[in-house]
Amino acid sequence: MVRYLKYLTPLVVFLVVVWFLGRGLYLNPREVPSPLVDKPAPVFSVADLHRPERQFSSEKMMGQVWILNVWASWCRACRDEHPLFVDLGRKNIVPIVGLNYKDQRGDALEWLRALGDPYVASAYDVDGRVGMDFGVYGVPETYVIDKQGIIRYKHIGPVTAKSLETKVVALVKELQQ
Amino acid sequence: MKRALACLMLLSAVLAPPLLTAKEAALMAEDPVLEKRVMALAHELRCLVCQNQSLGDSHSDFAIDLRTEMREQMKQGKNDDQVVDFMVERYGDFIRFRPPVKSTTFLLWFGPFILLVIGAAVLFISLKKRKRSVKTTPLNDEERKRAEALLGDK
Repeated sequence: MVRYLKYLTPLVVFLVVVWFLGRGLYLNPREVPSPLVDKPAPVFSVADLHRPERQFSSEKMMGQVWILNVWASWCRACRDEHPLFVDLGRKNIVPIVGLNYKDQRGDALEWLRALGDPYVASAYDVDGRVGMDFGVYGVPETYVIDKQGIIRYKHIGPVTAKSLETKVVALVKELQQ
Repeated sequence: MKRALACLMLLSAVLAPPLLTAKEAALMAEDPVLEKRVMALAHELRCLVCQNQSLGDSHSDFAIDLRTEMREQMKQGKNDDQVVDFMVERYGDFIRFRPPVKSTTFLLWFGPFILLVIGAAVLFISLKKRKRSVKTTPLNDEERKRAEALLGDK
């Protein structure tokens, strides 16, 4: 028995190495776990996209579950995911706030006019300061924030119909109860 | 010919020292000490957009924004650790090229040494075993004669 064990060792070592390397193939290096998940969302107050003279303050959203969607008109992937948010907005399940990130106001407004505006409010983060506080590094990004103002989920990159339904909406419904 | 030219251009692009953009050059001229400090620290931090580059090497908007932020914070008198903490709070430990030692990174830091100790132990034990298995059997007369013949008679 012990004799055979000796010959099995290289095989076992090999399988362990294969497991580690194989797992690496299926990890997405773009998805960096955010340290902000389960921490209070940064409170921000910036100009409203539609009405420059008014301010949008994130404190207004306290007490309800809400989604923050970071987007820009120059971002190709935002265009891909946008119809999904338009659909979600129509369903009136959860308020979606748009954070327009490092964009031109005119371009952003034109974009919303052409593709639809699912946002209950749009914040205009012209210099990307709010984005920096949220740790944004790849637009689009989507955050689910609970009634206490804690970030419960962060999605990096465009959402898909499936990820929006199974991750975002499912979590929203759970948090709303 | 065209190809050779293209190769030459590519080579010169690779070998040329990284050129400063006009804006960076202006910043360098304005306060070289601060700018050196910003760049030194920026080389310790990962650009999350172009992951294999540091914030110091990258020309992406993301890296430029973060360098601007670092510069502002340093101007306000924050030390390097405080600036790094600001980045880690927002982007996580991944932004650091040198991960901190903590429970989740224990294997990363000490794994190689653990493997080294295991390897040394295995080597030591197997060498000892081998030594024990080699039996010293004295030669008999016939063997001794043969050995002498082979070694040449004296």
